[in-house]
Amino acid sequence: MSDVAATRDYYAKALIALGKKNKNVVVLDADLSGSTRTEKFAKEFPDRFFNAGIAEQDCIGMSAGLACMGKTVFASSFAMFLTGRTWEQIRNSVCYPKLNVKICATHAGITVGEDGASHQALEDIALMRILPNMRVIVPADALEAEQVIHYVAEQPGPFYVRMSRGVTPLVYKEGECDFQLGKNKVLKEGTDLTIMACGIMVKIALEAAEVLKNEHNISAAVVNVASIKPIDEDNICKMASLTGAFVAAEEHTIYGGMGSAVAEVTAKKCPIPIEMLGVMGVFGESGKPDDLLEKHSLNVAGIVAKALAVKSRK
Amino acid sequence: MIAEKQLKDLHDISSKIRKHIIEMTHFAKSGHPGGSMSVTDIITYLYFNWLNIDPKNPKKEDRDIFVLCKGHGAPALYSAMAVRGFFPEEELKTLRQLGSRLQGHPDMKSIPGIEMSTGSLGQGLSVSVGMCLALKLDKKKNRVYAVMGDGELQEGQVWEAMMSAAHYKCDNLCVFIDNNKQQIDGNIADVMGIEPLADKFRAFGWEVLNINGHDFEQIEDALVMADKVVGKPTVIIADTVKGKGVSFMERQLCFHGAPCNDEQKVLACIELDKKMGVCGCQM
Repeated sequence: MSDVAATRDYYAKALIALGKKNKNVVVLDADLSGSTRTEKFAKEFPDRFFNAGIAEQDCIGMSAGLACMGKTVFASSFAMFLTGRTWEQIRNSVCYPKLNVKICATHAGITVGEDGASHQALEDIALMRILPNMRVIVPADALEAEQVIHYVAEQPGPFYVRMSRGVTPLVYKEGECDFQLGKNKVLKEGTDLTIMACGIMVKIALEAAEVLKNEHNISAAVVNVASIKPIDEDNICKMASLTGAFVAAEEHTIYGGMGSAVAEVTAKKCPIPIEMLGVMGVFGESGKPDDLLEKHSLNVAGIVAKALAVKSRK
Repeated sequence: MIAEKQLKDLHDISSKIRKHIIEMTHFAKSGHPGGSMSVTDIITYLYFNWLNIDPKNPKKEDRDIFVLCKGHGAPALYSAMAVRGFFPEEELKTLRQLGSRLQGHPDMKSIPGIEMSTGSLGQGLSVSVGMCLALKLDKKKNRVYAVMGDGELQEGQVWEAMMSAAHYKCDNLCVFIDNNKQQIDGNIADVMGIEPLADKFRAFGWEVLNINGHDFEQIEDALVMADKVVGKPTVIIADTVKGKGVSFMERQLCFHGAPCNDEQKVLACIELDKKMGVCGCQM
């Protein structure tokens, strides 16, 4: 296979495999099935696909009802509408009764690109993370996304899985990824600092670690924090002890996301300096995904700058 | 036609349920007696004469599903379930107390027989539609019965669900509107009018029936008719009276979200006891 792929395409691949394996798997969408790729499931299993139309709240409510009757439910739309417009439905109709609904959003973050601020979910990790009974996963690449979808299908109760629009470089090789809920994955060892990253920032963090080594003689560890809730407290403490400083990099507002989750652990158990790299509490805008990433320093240069800053605070 | 004896039994049960509502909300010093009493006769008929349910086996495969979308009517639901044998009637006095299974609004995780946690208005109909889709997918004959408040219809999500129920031809869905014409801030017509309700449901593709929601014969007839509807969901717009059953509580907004005081409780219980032909007030 090539070394790039879209998480949403592997989401669909996993859904079809699950659909063949388990007749209780049903999928809902809210008029974005072409974009989320759930239309591929719909074509294979038309009876088990329900389009709510442009009505995300009803989509979540129907998902809850299907789950009440024993179905394993995947609900999809863009991250913005699936978590923002429906937050209270997810809270009261899914999380409170702990129903078997997997909220699987695509088009998260600023790399939605040209559609602009109205469509760029930069708050969704925060919104989902604070909900009791909700688990939050951000796959680092398409292969991890595929594995995560298979995983959540087997686990009862609510999950939020955050995926992207774009085709992104693979972090893992085929067969190499071993996602575990509540476990960080150390992708590169290091001694001077740790880059905690999720989603598309994981691959960028690995590149940044090379630059730090080659140009600054800094040994940076890189950790994939795919499981944001539950979060791997043991690994965070271990990396804090080994490296003494973190950069947290995510395609999300710096408030309430993965970086905040990491900082909650360090503040409580192992205080160390942390530099947050993300969108600085502002709205996005239209533009090419790469240009937007650059504008918000969500790139190798941005991580290197934060790494140098945090190292000086040690 | 309901036999005379059976009709008397239903009236006695509904008076008993109303008395429980008065007593449990008085004891809790909170809760929503008004809207619980307006929906009491509908719930009484469903729980004692209609739903295929078994208190000894609340999860039985072929059961009918009941969703109280207007979750603040929980005292009526809890009372009906207790009298029907889902849990001891003595437990009713724990309503809204710390540690009680009887949460202020229904919690499906705490009491077997409650099919969905509700309370946040406007969400129950979507959930009911999802239940209907699952039952149809599995080719099951179980039916879904939901009760919404009329004020609840002001929530936008309800209209999304009205569309999806018709779009997916949910003829296994029967929804009551507890049309008591009042909400917490005043008369619905003054706060945010919802009429013409029947026309709106018809325009959305529903079968619409209008009844007096305190008349067991009319409730039965409507349910029989709803059973026969093919290819679309049915709504039974049930005209009701908030605080029904206790003269000084009827149509009085103060009892929407507040219970009787000590004196009112005694008077209400005396009135309900008289209807049941007994004397004395417990608790």
